[in-house]
Amino acid sequence: MSGDVTWVGLLASLLLVSVAVVVSWRIGLRLETTIVWATVRAVAQLLLAGWALTVIIDPGRPLAWSWLWVVTMTGYAGVVVRRRAPEIPQVMLLAVTAFAVSAVVTLGVLFGLRVFPLEGRTLVPLAGLMIGNAMNATVLAGRRIVEQLRDQREEVEARLALGQTSQQAARPYLVMAVRTALVPQIETTRAVGLVILPGAMTGLILAGVKPLDAVLVQAVVMFVVLGSVATTAAVIGVGLTHRLFTRDHRLRAIPRPAQR
Amino acid sequence: MAHPSDRAGPRHADGPVFTFTGVGVRRAQRWTLRAVTAEVPGTGVTAVVGPSGAGKTTLLRLCNRLDVPDAGVVSFRGHDVAALDPLRLRRQVGMVFQRPTVFGGTVRDNLLVARPGAAEEDLVGALRGVAVGPELLDQPAGQLSGGEAQRVCLARTLITEPEVLLLDEPTSALDAGARMAFERLVAELVRRGLPALWVTHDLDQLHRVADHVLVVAAGQLLHAGPAAALSDQPDVLALLRSGTGDHEVRTDGATAREQGRKQP
Repeated sequence: MSGDVTWVGLLASLLLVSVAVVVSWRIGLRLETTIVWATVRAVAQLLLAGWALTVIIDPGRPLAWSWLWVVTMTGYAGVVVRRRAPEIPQVMLLAVTAFAVSAVVTLGVLFGLRVFPLEGRTLVPLAGLMIGNAMNATVLAGRRIVEQLRDQREEVEARLALGQTSQQAARPYLVMAVRTALVPQIETTRAVGLVILPGAMTGLILAGVKPLDAVLVQAVVMFVVLGSVATTAAVIGVGLTHRLFTRDHRLRAIPRPAQR
Repeated sequence: MAHPSDRAGPRHADGPVFTFTGVGVRRAQRWTLRAVTAEVPGTGVTAVVGPSGAGKTTLLRLCNRLDVPDAGVVSFRGHDVAALDPLRLRRQVGMVFQRPTVFGGTVRDNLLVARPGAAEEDLVGALRGVAVGPELLDQPAGQLSGGEAQRVCLARTLITEPEVLLLDEPTSALDAGARMAFERLVAELVRRGLPALWVTHDLDQLHRVADHVLVVAAGQLLHAGPAAALSDQPDVLALLRSGTGDHEVRTDGATAREQGRKQP
């Protein structure tokens, strides 16, 4: 294939990393070690993933292995979310629930309607794409909801004092938070092709696939992302409302995160 | 719309509106209220006074279940509030907060949050009831002055037709003119039979508005009785004077003047 990158090619592309290191050193960013370490890590992780994928999505291998990979990825994404947003109460359980719902919706459409054939080769990367974006949406929407309900406490309690249910009282803040998570994705979707040549398409074209075929794949990929972000944000919104209010419609105390 | 107070007070005026029995509230490893036993009469204004941090606001929030006690029982007209539907309770027990908490949107939107689908005449009536002209209905609530905003908050509470009002230092963020206007509005509501439980740190205000007093200090009830009899409690007055800081109190119990603040 015309897009084949050889090991020599990979080494040559490391020149670009050295450019970043030189820039950092010249203007005193003190990020040289961080850049080198991040590069080493990225190469190692990608190679490991590539090797694992080769084994797992081998056409002869049972599909169960691919599903196992998806489940592991979901659990690990939960751990990552907990590390990134510890201020969200019981975030791991919430996140994993949101990923599961999102997976059912997106993978259900993709494989149920036979957009892609259900194989390890399609399942693993699509699930990864879905979970990766759902992870960001969880952190973004979750953080925003917690911040809003904490900072607008007086307003929320004024609504509760008028006899609104916790769902009604939280709704305006929930809407704002879910919008925050969705708007960047909608913006990207709108600008695609004009400003942004997205990753999947770029990768496919580099790997020698015809541009029009690449476009079809990219469009589906983008809709997967949009669908998964929307589903996740909605699940996080509903789930967090339940966590942050008591059953008798009182807003729980929401501590401020410690200064980092 | 029938005025909320027209159907409320007199019917229930005989018994206490709230009863606290051995009430305690524990927050962050300490008791913010301890063994409070008191009654709030079913008529007039009952002022809750005391130094800041004494537990006044907590006491108020127990009445509409924005907070729940860790010990004892709070009753609304003889019923344990823990056994009542909180949503219904909160419409019977209206609350106005310390800072005017208007919501986004217009004044109309604010009133409709409290009573979805209310007719135009009810909205206009609610504003008239708090001396606000109907022309403000379509004004963005965020553009109101502090005094107007707090009156809209009062109108928003009254449109749910409550049987009693909880007021959490509702005039502390207002200037003298707006404060007096707010006091007059509440006095009129109370005269028409709507009882009020009013947290204040302002001794002048206490003497202007209160019929009964609950004095709270360090989480405990220090004194309860008619406001007029407060002058017989020199110890309590001394504590209130020191706790509220900027007041001088004459020996007859009326505050003489406020220091470091503009005269109304």
